[in-house]
Amino acid sequence: MEDRKAYLKKEREQEWRVELRGKMKNRERTELDRVVMSEQDPGVRNRNFTEVNRGLTAEQAITEASRCLDCVNPTCITGCPVEINIPKFIKKIEAGEFMEAAKVLKETNTLPAVCGRVCPQEVQCEQACFYTQKLKKPAVAIGYLERFAADYEQQSGKISVPEILSRKGRRVASIGSGPAGLAFAGDMAKMGYDVTVFEALHEIGGVLKYGIPEFRLPNKIVDVEIDILKKMGVKFVTNFVVGKTATMKDLKQEGFEAFLVGSGAGLPNFMHIPGENYIGIYSSNEYLTRVNLMHAADPDYDTPMISGKKVAVIGGGNTAMDSVRTSKRLGADRSMIIYRRSIEEMPARVEEIKHAREEGIEFLNLHNPVEYFADDRGRVNRMRVQKMELGAPDASGRRRPIPIEGSEYEIDVDMVVVSVGVSPNPLIPGSMKQLDVTKWGTIHVDPDTMQTSIPEMFAGGDIVRGGATVILAMGDGRKAATAMDHYLNGN
Amino acid sequence: MILSFPACFHYFSCKIGDFGIIDSRTCMNKIVAKTYFSESVVKLVVDAPRIAKSRRAGHFVIVRTGEKGERIPLTIADADMDQGTITLVIQKVGVTSARLCSLEAGDFITDVVGPLGKPTHIGKVGTVLASGGGVGVAPLLPIVEAFKKAGNKLITVLAARTKELIILEDQMRRHSDEVIIMTDDGSYGKKGLVTQGMEEVIAREKIDLAVTVGPAIMMKYASLLTGKYNIPTVASLNTLMMDGTGMCGACRVTVDGKTQFVCVDGPEFDAHKVDFDEMLLRLDAYKSAETEAYEKYLESHIKA
Repeated sequence: MEDRKAYLKKEREQEWRVELRGKMKNRERTELDRVVMSEQDPGVRNRNFTEVNRGLTAEQAITEASRCLDCVNPTCITGCPVEINIPKFIKKIEAGEFMEAAKVLKETNTLPAVCGRVCPQEVQCEQACFYTQKLKKPAVAIGYLERFAADYEQQSGKISVPEILSRKGRRVASIGSGPAGLAFAGDMAKMGYDVTVFEALHEIGGVLKYGIPEFRLPNKIVDVEIDILKKMGVKFVTNFVVGKTATMKDLKQEGFEAFLVGSGAGLPNFMHIPGENYIGIYSSNEYLTRVNLMHAADPDYDTPMISGKKVAVIGGGNTAMDSVRTSKRLGADRSMIIYRRSIEEMPARVEEIKHAREEGIEFLNLHNPVEYFADDRGRVNRMRVQKMELGAPDASGRRRPIPIEGSEYEIDVDMVVVSVGVSPNPLIPGSMKQLDVTKWGTIHVDPDTMQTSIPEMFAGGDIVRGGATVILAMGDGRKAATAMDHYLNGN
Repeated sequence: MILSFPACFHYFSCKIGDFGIIDSRTCMNKIVAKTYFSESVVKLVVDAPRIAKSRRAGHFVIVRTGEKGERIPLTIADADMDQGTITLVIQKVGVTSARLCSLEAGDFITDVVGPLGKPTHIGKVGTVLASGGGVGVAPLLPIVEAFKKAGNKLITVLAARTKELIILEDQMRRHSDEVIIMTDDGSYGKKGLVTQGMEEVIAREKIDLAVTVGPAIMMKYASLLTGKYNIPTVASLNTLMMDGTGMCGACRVTVDGKTQFVCVDGPEFDAHKVDFDEMLLRLDAYKSAETEAYEKYLESHIKA
């Protein structure tokens, strides 16, 4: 920790940074307004899958970067799960050295172009920014700048491949190719390990591919980042379910010395209310996977799907927003969010809620589904909802929704997406009886090392957290990589 | 014909355990033999050494043909560990199955993943009445074989619409004490439904366990019959699936009033507790789209 502080201080004292700080007075810097991200028009974008946010121009990025005061004590870094050297990369942008900025990002972040898009910066680095904390002003747009630098590098065609320490010839594996696995693979490869990533699906990327839609995270952005890992020597094996296709024991015999389990929160929750298994009622995982991974909405692809005209999405998280906005883009006349608490309590990012509203999504807050009805072929055609009011705060600190008696009414729907959270995928825990799991089915780990009850096995992401974010999964993957390296070296 | 195997030719050798060379979807999944059971039912022997080694009776795989293909579940009918192959039996009913059936020896299946699901719980119970309908007979074979090996008496009822759709009869006879054939049109064996063949056996001797694999409608009636006689019954369900690992919930069924996922909780369940009516409705979720797609496929196929 002290080393890290000293390192950051030394970096900050480099001549170019001192010079840059002197170029502009802090007062001038703080008088600049936070940049506004250019977006596709809501009335246009709600009919296409092109990215909503269009990114910053170089000029916008340099101006925004000059808002950053390059603080002595950069609190923003403590807000970042992968501890990006934030002031350094921002100052590189201010200096116009965009490629260098991208290099700084990649020192600690395997997927900067992804994080610049999907991280909830407003509750992480930007929340901890001096502007937010002390000046009560909008934070430096760290997320936008991260995306800018990463995109600049991607588009330059001259992507730098991180340096690899001497190859150790020791094999380790990641089980799952989502954010935890990719971050882990990047760090282990840098340290010189021979890394193999096993993926159950036919595509690499996990939730980045099957879950997050194109309009928020284009697949090609993910593929470029995966390509870098391949160039670093990371091997990817698709269609491979560890615990089924081969056991951990088999893999050990084949020379793998340690494992990271990043298998995700693969089991969708349902509400167990009457009629929930009618046709046209999807889990958000199923709905998004059909659209994103299987391209079901494209007539050239074989996978079928129901494209509803009157769509209800149950839930208030980012996945619910992704689902409801997808349904609008696929031609729904009415796309509704049905959520049992008020809009303030919704777990989705503020930006996602704002985008959804602009796109014409209806919000039925303080509403809860109680029953579904279907036609004689079992296709959902109506649902009964109940109105709610907010009571005293519950364990989550949010006010508890209480049903209002006699407030039920019916809504016509022809498709429903249930997005009320996920449970840990049971495949890995189920295939290893000696593995210590919590009562929720998540894998129990030492929070400092991500090590499980099986010493050579580490775990991270949703299989540990039960449903969190891309960046937290990546943070876990990095932490596990460091700890695994220590473990393998007998420390 | 849509095929995807070029990735394989970047490599010149592949063997299990050498991830330095292989990528699981590349060198594996090669069709090594193809047999027609009838015009619409095909047996494919597929190179999949890891699956061949780890599969047990009751397991299934998910396959995808072509980069634009869908993922469908297929129960593993047999495996040869020495050869490193698994056997899949496919009936042409839609685009994906037709495409699979059109593959020839030497072709590759784009993706094969497995073995998935829980294996059949095999034990010594006494007399087992196995019933299989249509291509359900294929996944029933390893189950019959395993129960026989465990020391049970096996009576197997095979049913199909007509004689040419009765498959794997000889193999079934090898592992069964008795095989009864039923055809709807009476062209082979006895004329009648699977349940008539089953009831005849139930009437004459004590059955300790019934196992049924086939179309949902057949399993429903087989289950109603054994329920009448209080015979414990296991059904292997063939719901729609996508990932096959519990992620999507497309395969959900109601068992004993609770929602279960066929891919991770099954595919075998206590048949008397399965809501077959709900399952039958859900199986038809995409029927019209599928029929339309299949007609389009047949049209383009004939033209080509």
